[in-house]
Amino acid sequence: MLVKEDHRSPVIVTMVWYRAGSMDEVSSTTGVAHMLEHMMFKGTKSVPAGEFSRTIARAGGRENAFTSHDYTAYYQQLHNSKLSLALELEADRMSNLNFAQDEFAREMNVVMEERRSRTDDNPHAQVHEQMMATVYMAHPYRTPIIGWMNDLQNMQLADARAWYEKWYTPNNATLVVAGDVKPDDVFKLGEKYFGALPSRTPPARKVQTEPPQAGIKRIIVKAQAELPYVAMAYHAPSLRDVEHDWEPYALAVLSGILDGSDASRLNRELVRKMRVADSANANYDMLNRGPALFFLDGVPAAGKTVQDVEAALREQIRLLVTEGVSNDELMRVKAQVTAAQVYARDSVYYQAMRIGMLQTIGLPYDSSDLQVRKLQQVTAEQVRDVARKYLVDDNLTVAVLDPQPLPAGKRPRPNPEGGARDQR
Amino acid sequence: MTSASQYLFKGLAGLCLAAACTAHATLPIQEWQTANGARVLFVETHDLPMFDLAVDFPAGASRDLRDKSGLASLTLELMRSGAGDMSEGEIAERLASIGADMSERFDLDRAGYGLRSLSSARERDESLKILATVLQKPTFPQPILEREQQRTLAALKEAESRPEVLAEREFKHLVYGQHPYSQRGAGELNTVAKLQRDDVVNFYRQHYVADHATVSIIGDLTRKEASAIAELLTVGLPSKSQRVALLPPVQQLKSAQLSRIPHPATQAHILIGQPGIKRLDPDYFALFLGNQVLGGGGFASRLNEEIRQKRGYAYSAYSYFNPLALEGPFQIALQTKSEQAEQALKVAQDTLANFVAEGPTQQELDAAKQNIIGGFALRIDSNKKIQDYLAIIGFYRLPLTYLDDFPVKIEKLTLEQVKDAWRRRIYPDRMVTVIVAGTEAH
Repeated sequence: MLVKEDHRSPVIVTMVWYRAGSMDEVSSTTGVAHMLEHMMFKGTKSVPAGEFSRTIARAGGRENAFTSHDYTAYYQQLHNSKLSLALELEADRMSNLNFAQDEFAREMNVVMEERRSRTDDNPHAQVHEQMMATVYMAHPYRTPIIGWMNDLQNMQLADARAWYEKWYTPNNATLVVAGDVKPDDVFKLGEKYFGALPSRTPPARKVQTEPPQAGIKRIIVKAQAELPYVAMAYHAPSLRDVEHDWEPYALAVLSGILDGSDASRLNRELVRKMRVADSANANYDMLNRGPALFFLDGVPAAGKTVQDVEAALREQIRLLVTEGVSNDELMRVKAQVTAAQVYARDSVYYQAMRIGMLQTIGLPYDSSDLQVRKLQQVTAEQVRDVARKYLVDDNLTVAVLDPQPLPAGKRPRPNPEGGARDQR
Repeated sequence: MTSASQYLFKGLAGLCLAAACTAHATLPIQEWQTANGARVLFVETHDLPMFDLAVDFPAGASRDLRDKSGLASLTLELMRSGAGDMSEGEIAERLASIGADMSERFDLDRAGYGLRSLSSARERDESLKILATVLQKPTFPQPILEREQQRTLAALKEAESRPEVLAEREFKHLVYGQHPYSQRGAGELNTVAKLQRDDVVNFYRQHYVADHATVSIIGDLTRKEASAIAELLTVGLPSKSQRVALLPPVQQLKSAQLSRIPHPATQAHILIGQPGIKRLDPDYFALFLGNQVLGGGGFASRLNEEIRQKRGYAYSAYSYFNPLALEGPFQIALQTKSEQAEQALKVAQDTLANFVAEGPTQQELDAAKQNIIGGFALRIDSNKKIQDYLAIIGFYRLPLTYLDDFPVKIEKLTLEQVKDAWRRRIYPDRMVTVIVAGTEAH
């Protein structure tokens, strides 16, 4: 149980984090972590289906849940007088969940609609999904969190139940409360509601390591779209030892130098100066249970190709390695890190999110400030070193979107003169 | 339940200095005008060493002439692309080097810039100086205008292929006809291509006017500092001494209209709706409360219950009002696999028709009230959220007690009042329906 006090407003965020995400799934049941998340709203012995949400709503609250590769988490945002209600309901569904076949069947249809909406009808999401399945041969990050459609179609109620019985136990969960509360009240209520729940030992987790990549991988994804797009992913390390690691911090600063603000290199060079791309991005997240990736992507400007964009992105990497980064660039990234740390305190939700995530992926829950200090210590030489070490072709997967425009006969009619229409 | 409002603002009550607080306001909003007529709303809070502010103008998409659609948005974007003696790159670098976020704010009514910065002197002074220059001395460089035109045209071309974009555009055209609210911010392929630098300069001169501006500020500043900031941000802007030009009135729909657009996506995109409510509408609270039951209350609302939970037809199904200066849209939206578009549409239509005919039950109404009143603190639990409300209260001339009144007004509404408002204002038999879907659907 972790509590973060913030007394600016009489509100609380309660979260329950389970250390079980799509990376814990096995072949043929991809998507079960996320499906179980949906089932958690489908009732318990004492709270009928849908009643959880209605009860929180009547209490003036908002609630939802999210599933990632690494974890599944549930949250409520409420007036601070409703702490007990949220904990009681969360404890109840941690061990008394119903598994009704008709609810499962209907909810699976909802999840398949969610997949259509997020992935199947979204060309960039398709590229990303197929890229992950190419980047990783063995590591479970290769499967989409929402699951392959075929696995969703064949998933059974028993699969969801087995998942629940395996991972939903107090000793695999973290309760986080942030906001206008006293820690002692949370600990007392937490003990009252969760303390009596039976604990089971979750199965041992096997270390899963991706075999080293040796040689560039390339894929082409055809999807219905107008503009092409290119995405690149390099294998990179995640943060494991907050105090002693330095490479993840250097990679995070590198990402900020390429794409932390409008002043960063990709925007300045590729979008504004060279006009080779309409957008260009870099992204690196060091906080994962599994391995990390360093991403680059871009949409070509009119008259340019994905090859032009890839060449320009690679040129930026070459410049990083050969010429390094300037002190001004380094200072800008660090100023943003400092400011972002202050801005984050304006959101109680974000504070709870951060604590729960760190704890669940296996880092000290209170290491945020230390991480910021370590980011401030990154040197120009370290940035150059990690670029040289990790942003190399043997580590790289390139995915290209080959856009398939709408068939000519099926093109929606254009709106003449900016859409003038006089049907009423 | 009215006691709720007494502790809503607990976190801010300590900030309220006797001299600075108006008698009626629980949230201590201070209001004044700058020397050249801009309206300022300010909440002082020193909990965090930062501040949030925005300067908004009546210069949103509805101010575009039809054959220059996209101009308002382009003008706003270009203001940060060169100002005073700063280039686009210098503006970006100077903001980044102090960790400040300066962002465009744009909708049908409003256009402006927001700023989030640390409140320490160096960061504060530098970020405000940059924002003031962007607002008052944009240079609109020709090459950047051409670049941004090209980027917008490419994005519009991509958007033409997206079912959700096609659905939304058709919806706006059918609901608003020739009214400026039918226009989208980014403009159209054939209008954006023709925009000239003179258009941008003229639009800026006409619309970025001090006495039409609203400055909303919250954070680690004293009243004296906030006052100086509001002056700094508006001092170089002209004053017009005339009221903001009125938009033409929104016409109600005369008959039902159905539009089908073929598209190969796996999901059908379905929109149903009509012109909705104004910000200062006497029915605002009754319609808002009712919508909480119909489709605005998340998992606890009827559309979600009927379409998602009972039938598994959709991941998302909801309804909303977008209250604007004039009647912004009322819309029901859902996506479902193309093969079952007709069934899902029928459920949505029946749910709406039944809701308008019968209204919510007393139990549903009570639950919705409890949600809004009991959860009101969540609407104002961060500086950012309060700043958003300050901007709305200032721009739409809502009373300064708006946030105090909100739960009280909701509490007082009766079942009959909610039913009556929905029957008078919402017409299920003459709505616009748009279905973007594969041919299997029909």
